[in-house]
Amino acid sequence: METILLQLLNGLDKGSAYALIALGLTLIFGTLGVVNFAHGAIFMIGAFCAVTLSRILNWSFETIDPEKLDFLGNPAKIKTPYVEAWFGPEFGGALIDWAVPLAILFSIPIMIAVGFAMERGLIKHFYKRPHADQILVTFGLAIVLQEVIKYFYGANPISTPAPDAFKGSFDFGAMLGFDPNMIIYPYWRLIYFGFAAVVIGAVFSFLQFTTFGMVVRAGMADRETVGLLGINIDRRFTFMFGLAAAVAGLAGVMYAPILSPNYHMGMDFLVLCFVVVVVGGMGSLPGAVAAGFLLGILESFASMNAIKSILPGIDQIIIYLVAIVILLTRPRGLMGKKGVMEE
Amino acid sequence: MLGLNKKDTTFLLIVIALTIATPIILQPFAEGSELAQFNGGYPDLMQKIAIFGIFAVGFNILFGLTGYLSFGHAAFLGIGSYAAVWMMKLLTMNVIPAILLAMIVSGLFAAAIGYVSLRRSGIYFSILTLAFAQMSYKMAYSVLTPLTNGETGLQLSLDDPRILDGAMEGTSLPVTNIFGIAMNSSYKLEALGRVFTFNVGFYFCALIAIIAFYVAIRLFRSPFGMMLRAVKSNQQRMTYTGLDPKPYTLAAFVISGMYAGLAGGLLAAMDPLAGADRMLWTASGEVVIMTILGGAGTLMGPVLGAGVIKYLENIFSKINETVLHGWFHWLPDGIEDVVIWVFARFTGEGWHLTLGVTFMLVVTFLPGGLVEGLKRISTRIKHGSQKRDKYDDPDPEHRPEASKHVA
Repeated sequence: METILLQLLNGLDKGSAYALIALGLTLIFGTLGVVNFAHGAIFMIGAFCAVTLSRILNWSFETIDPEKLDFLGNPAKIKTPYVEAWFGPEFGGALIDWAVPLAILFSIPIMIAVGFAMERGLIKHFYKRPHADQILVTFGLAIVLQEVIKYFYGANPISTPAPDAFKGSFDFGAMLGFDPNMIIYPYWRLIYFGFAAVVIGAVFSFLQFTTFGMVVRAGMADRETVGLLGINIDRRFTFMFGLAAAVAGLAGVMYAPILSPNYHMGMDFLVLCFVVVVVGGMGSLPGAVAAGFLLGILESFASMNAIKSILPGIDQIIIYLVAIVILLTRPRGLMGKKGVMEE
Repeated sequence: MLGLNKKDTTFLLIVIALTIATPIILQPFAEGSELAQFNGGYPDLMQKIAIFGIFAVGFNILFGLTGYLSFGHAAFLGIGSYAAVWMMKLLTMNVIPAILLAMIVSGLFAAAIGYVSLRRSGIYFSILTLAFAQMSYKMAYSVLTPLTNGETGLQLSLDDPRILDGAMEGTSLPVTNIFGIAMNSSYKLEALGRVFTFNVGFYFCALIAIIAFYVAIRLFRSPFGMMLRAVKSNQQRMTYTGLDPKPYTLAAFVISGMYAGLAGGLLAAMDPLAGADRMLWTASGEVVIMTILGGAGTLMGPVLGAGVIKYLENIFSKINETVLHGWFHWLPDGIEDVVIWVFARFTGEGWHLTLGVTFMLVVTFLPGGLVEGLKRISTRIKHGSQKRDKYDDPDPEHRPEASKHVA
């Protein structure tokens, strides 16, 4: 029982990342009808927003301390971050420590701007082109974004720690009344899951309970009619693209402490997230979220030793295997609608 | 000739002539001159161009004719490489059996994967092939280590049985050969201040590439090729006519898988090792890029795309800041720094950036690829650049619009 619960929890954080990216992909697909291969790159840019903010906060000036000497005998140089000098060491230090959560606020406008720029600058011109062209041009864009990030941040992963308060693990099992020391779980992963749940909930309630969301849903169902009713649906869809970019970006920001950001993390996730979207059913938002969590958890179960000893190597291929089985038995994915991407 | 009409025969002859002359064509600059680094006439690069040309031609049979966009074609390349290396380990260092086995094995895999994947079309097909390729890649890394030697990659070793070659003598690894002629031997000719390298391996690859190309021409012009085009333009209509598209697409998939296996086998024949990296999805993406860049659905396009990409990849990655400095030293200092900075972003390490940007530009402005670009230029030359009246019908016969690609 404990082992199963532990694997369930382990699967949640990866599943949350899959679900968030897949949600954005499906939003873009459902509204604009574009297959966006650059979505993984957006996730990566989000993660690098966290890196950037922590670097900005760590900008420091050097002072010379005449009392202390370094090992060469010269007066020691002391680096003081500007924020510590401005706000005092305590508050400034806390700011630096909380760089990753703060990056959430920092990244939202950036990600929305990136999304707008992408949609207005490039993808707008591809609505009437075949899906293959859309896949190819966004694939090219993903390569370009990846290389740009690589130029500015280098090819090595950059470790971006979580705030001190959430470092380390705690005994989650004991809290739930299981035997102590059975389920040790890192704080940050639980926070990631909670965060993902909040974001997913926010997106769904935005679509469900606001007039804007209602119009967008109407546009997803029948774009032409909504346009005929005198609503500028294109502008709303552009906004949805920005929103989808922000969702993927936030997923990236919060994922930075779990996986040190590197320039190809987006591509690694993208391939899996496409599998997730297709398993969930193209164009179905709940399907994308469900499939994201499902595949994340399945992946974590498959890496249990008990299962690996029966089927060696299953942890590596389980996602693809499930995808193949689902696509062959339920051709439209778990919750796919009829007539979406049939051609 | 050989069942081709006159136009195709001339075309094939031109291709053959160009292929034979490749070591000379790719070596246009004198040794020691400033432009010598643009010379591409070394064996490794020429072999790669021929091999990836085969790979792309095969991919084009599937994507260009039927419109099914496979994102997992590199799996067959990798499988072909593994099969070929195993043949060299077990039987003989002669490359012929290795290549045959590579084609057979990858053909079998293609039949199995294609049978399953082709039940779906569009993006679902792309994802299914991608999933199969990623699965093969991950399995080659983990479970199948006894067969694939995991991360190290499959290599030759001294204690391999090599039944036909008999006992090994000496301590050095044997080289791949064809009936005793080593693949890496080459004949160097110095003339006109240039060194031309005529390499056995390249000519072997080139011969096979020409055969593969010839088969592709025949296939494009055959009734079978017509059926594949019918699959692309309108599958529904094809079904109404009483034809089942499934066997045709499956045959195309297997043929194109065998082309990929052949390319993989040749890669192993040139350099006898095989790694799982060859199956990674970026490798699949590469062949997609080559085909689109050259022009999908055309005969020459994929070869052109493969050549251009492999050539630029090799040349661009060699250009570093020192080289750039040599070029732009005549500019005023401040401007020189800016120009060098800009160029350095796109060369050397930044080669992928160039690739991405070029690819985006081609997809956006030239959906037919380089071949379409050349065609446009030639019509411009033939007919001059007079402006068309906007009521001039570009299509006086009112043919139906070409259908979109599937996926």
